[in-house]
Amino acid sequence: MALGLYSLIEAALLCVNAIAVLNEERFLSKVGWATDTVSGFGEQPGMKSQIINLIRSVRMVMRIPLIIVNTITIVLLLLFG
Amino acid sequence: MDIPSGYVRQPAEQRRRQPRPDYGGGPTPLFDDTSSPSDPATYQGQQQGQGPFYGGMGGQQILSDPMANMAMQYGSSLATQGKDVMEKHIDRFISISKLKYYFAVDTTYVGKKLMLLLFPYMHSNWSIRYNKEEPVAPRYEINAPDLYIPVMAFVTYILVAGYCLGTQNSFSPELLGMQASSALVWLILEIVVITMAMYILSVATDIKTFDLLAFCGYKYVGMIGVLLGGMLFGSMGYYLALAWCSASMFFFLLRTLRLVILPDASHDMANSGGNKSRTYLVLAIAVLQPIFMCWLTRHLLPSQN
Repeated sequence: MALGLYSLIEAALLCVNAIAVLNEERFLSKVGWATDTVSGFGEQPGMKSQIINLIRSVRMVMRIPLIIVNTITIVLLLLFG
Repeated sequence: MDIPSGYVRQPAEQRRRQPRPDYGGGPTPLFDDTSSPSDPATYQGQQQGQGPFYGGMGGQQILSDPMANMAMQYGSSLATQGKDVMEKHIDRFISISKLKYYFAVDTTYVGKKLMLLLFPYMHSNWSIRYNKEEPVAPRYEINAPDLYIPVMAFVTYILVAGYCLGTQNSFSPELLGMQASSALVWLILEIVVITMAMYILSVATDIKTFDLLAFCGYKYVGMIGVLLGGMLFGSMGYYLALAWCSASMFFFLLRTLRLVILPDASHDMANSGGNKSRTYLVLAIAVLQPIFMCWLTRHLLPSQN
């Protein structure tokens, strides 16, 4: 399979975009993955709370850089195909 | 030739060349300045390259006037400063000093480790003798991971893949680059997936990213063996070599990772929860390697067998 580094970068960008668009109150609460229900100080964090924490931190940290990187990528793809 | 005028000019040249190796007294130069004042033969050669300003032979026009000489000095000092700044910045991400330990290997270590990768069934003691804080250089401990073998094996794999393609008359130089970036992408993906799995399963281990990179890079040694077997002995040789190298890599990783990821009896209760997840993680890492070995070498087979 002819993967290249650009394909990897694009795939990573799309995946991070996908995580960033999961809205907290419109979607995650309905599914049961809200962040306010998993703040217990249990011994073991458990798999689900780790994933929820990961989603929340990705959304919080990557919001601004994603805007910039997406804009650059869109402009580059428009110019160079 | 210019020998009389060269000897007359020598003291002036000497006074002007003296401050050159000293870049403000701090950082070391990037290269060894071989224009030592004690060697008149070198001076002759350098003076003869002065160009029209000194009436020399005009062979090398690099130092044709003092302006270019000063520009070169400035450029060298800039380069040294840039190197320092870059080292300081890169140190935050990659930690170069720890990286050096992974390349501190010698020939006996490499030979024994290669034997271990291809035939790990006779080895009895898999533990690493070191204290947990300081990293151990691989040349003193055969069970320590290193990055020299994976890097060299990766480059050799690309070259052998190019050779395989050449024997099928389908070689072009772009294909080498594509093979290299494709293999690199799969490696990066594998490490990212394993790291995220370790985070999600909340497995707090001592294993560092470079160790994981080293363990995942050992499969390139197996892939070279598989490709050579496939080329020399055809399709039968390919499958035999694949089975052998897969089994060896599986066994090697199982024994090595069992000591790194799974806790032994001396740990307390905080780490022993999630033993099942750790076991599954070790198994998953060990199973991924043969899958990748098969995946990355299938398309390089000669297809007429």
